[in-house]
Amino acid sequence: MAELTVLQALGPLSPQLVLLLAALLVLGLDLAWGEKRRGWLPSVALLGLAGTIVATMSLWGRREVLFGGVFVVDPSAVFFQVIAVLATALVILMSIDYFEGRATYTGEFYSLLLVASLAITLMAGSTDLIMVYLSIELLSIVSYVLTGFMREDRRSNEAALKYFLYGAAASATMLYGMSLLYGITGSTNLEEMAAVLGADAGGSMSWVVLAAVMLLLVGFGFKVSAVPFHQWAPDVYEGAPTPFTAFLSVASKAGGFAVLLRFFLTALPDLSVNWVGLIAALSVMTMTVGNLMAIFQKNIKRMLAYSSIAQAGYILIGLVCWRHTLGAYGGGISGVLLYLLAYLFTNLGAFTVVIIVERATGSNEIADYAGLMRRNPWLAAALFVFFLSLVGIPPTAVFVGKLLIFSSAIRLGYYGLAIIGVVNGVISMYYYYGVMRQAFFLPPKEDTPIVASPPLAVALGVTLVMTLGFLVFAQPFIQLASWSTL
Amino acid sequence: MTYAVFILFTLMALCGGVLVVTQRNLVRAATALVLSLFGVAGLYVLLEAGFLAAVQVLVYIGAIAILIIFAIMLTRRMVQGDESGLNRQWGWALVSAVVMFALFCYVVVKAWPLALGAVSAPAVPADSTEALGLALLDWEQYVLPFEIASVLLLSAMVGAVVIAREKHDS
Repeated sequence: MAELTVLQALGPLSPQLVLLLAALLVLGLDLAWGEKRRGWLPSVALLGLAGTIVATMSLWGRREVLFGGVFVVDPSAVFFQVIAVLATALVILMSIDYFEGRATYTGEFYSLLLVASLAITLMAGSTDLIMVYLSIELLSIVSYVLTGFMREDRRSNEAALKYFLYGAAASATMLYGMSLLYGITGSTNLEEMAAVLGADAGGSMSWVVLAAVMLLLVGFGFKVSAVPFHQWAPDVYEGAPTPFTAFLSVASKAGGFAVLLRFFLTALPDLSVNWVGLIAALSVMTMTVGNLMAIFQKNIKRMLAYSSIAQAGYILIGLVCWRHTLGAYGGGISGVLLYLLAYLFTNLGAFTVVIIVERATGSNEIADYAGLMRRNPWLAAALFVFFLSLVGIPPTAVFVGKLLIFSSAIRLGYYGLAIIGVVNGVISMYYYYGVMRQAFFLPPKEDTPIVASPPLAVALGVTLVMTLGFLVFAQPFIQLASWSTL
Repeated sequence: MTYAVFILFTLMALCGGVLVVTQRNLVRAATALVLSLFGVAGLYVLLEAGFLAAVQVLVYIGAIAILIIFAIMLTRRMVQGDESGLNRQWGWALVSAVVMFALFCYVVVKAWPLALGAVSAPAVPADSTEALGLALLDWEQYVLPFEIASVLLLSAMVGAVVIAREKHDS
């Protein structure tokens, strides 16, 4: 009997088990194979990710509660697993040439990247504060190391230290909030917490819960890089190895949103505390500050950092509209999920272009994008498409996410939020145009053509096709997202 | 009697904490940290969490504080360090600390007693150490966090090696 439950529980956990095995395998093979065959490690990691996707497919549409309510598998958890695995696979493709001659321990990079992916899949299914905290911390600790992975590069070191110090402070603040919640409800389980808080008719606990929610938002906001917990992002994005910057901007952010959705919709669905107002305020600040600061950036990684902060602001509107579930594809939550998936392809595509240019020019300055069209017209055109998508122009990928989120906001009567979101979209055109102006209208500094190596070309192709054809290819995900009402 | 002991341990924890951040010499600050951690261990004993108190002494005082002192002694420049703990942002730090303190005071003093009637802490089991161990390995409770903690430690170890290992040219 006991063994049966063991097997029953391990089945839904198979994506995580495959990921962990792949991470350990890469670590072990790195040691066994030595210098000569190290080039095969990315392929091993990609194979592990393929296995994870197969395991994830078997969970499509299922709902399971595991380990007495510590962990669940449901459509939204599966959706975030897909995001984590896709992002990791693309980032591995982007890394293969990036580290050539720049870092010593590439085997450890892939292994730790797989662990980061594992942490995000765990964040998506955690329904107990202990598990939430452990999975966030697993992602954080691996991220600090990967940010500082280029040990010879001072900016990488500085970024890692800054990320670590901010992260430690954010974690400690979040733990304080968790301890308050445990103290007042007597449970770390989100469902049980919701039951106790729901039974609190007089609202006598609401002050404590409000304080706890504000403290928790420090930790969650840090992960999604929401203003005012965003200060780490530009420095870390600039200093980290570019493929890992790309990972932080899509996968780590998605993990933060997974925890945000899970926590608020499971533990506080009855709105005894006005967390929707808090999230709306956070959203407005994040959109506006992100877009305004992006205008002044000279370095493309810093610009994309602020752009990524602004995108988090748009996505937060979806959480504000979580109650809107009308229609097959409508609704705030499916909007958040699809936005994150669309943003994954678009932003990873933009970062692929950044890596290709960085390898050719050795620079991330926007001024060095001058004449990109003459040096490689395909690259310039691809960057143009990705920027169109980041602004939200139809029929690109992010347009779909923005449409769902803004229409939910309008249906629920949050006109102010929708208008601020649209105005911010217009502001963002300005700084994307700045890069496009360099790429298309200014003369190149050098005439040597820029060539993309095969793995980077594959990454670019996949992201470009998915960005342009999101509505065609994303049908199964749109369906999965429509089940993910939590 | 319990109250007097509580006051004693609280003073130890708080004074230790204040000394940690005000001492200019890092060795002294690290020693004050031991005092603060010991005070917290005492509070655990008062809360009938004997195992946690023992872990606090063994891990935090026995290992972490000693490790910090070793780290300071090995980086020689810091032993004689006489730098102020304040930087340009101390004013903002003070403001946010006061705001946080006021918030917590309000929550604990004003809001908490109202809620106490709703939930009462469960009784401490007779053998809390055994209960803790069983819960960590119970399939219906905390076995997943327990295992993930080991993944976390393994990744941290790999990361530490990657960051700290001396470069060797092959």
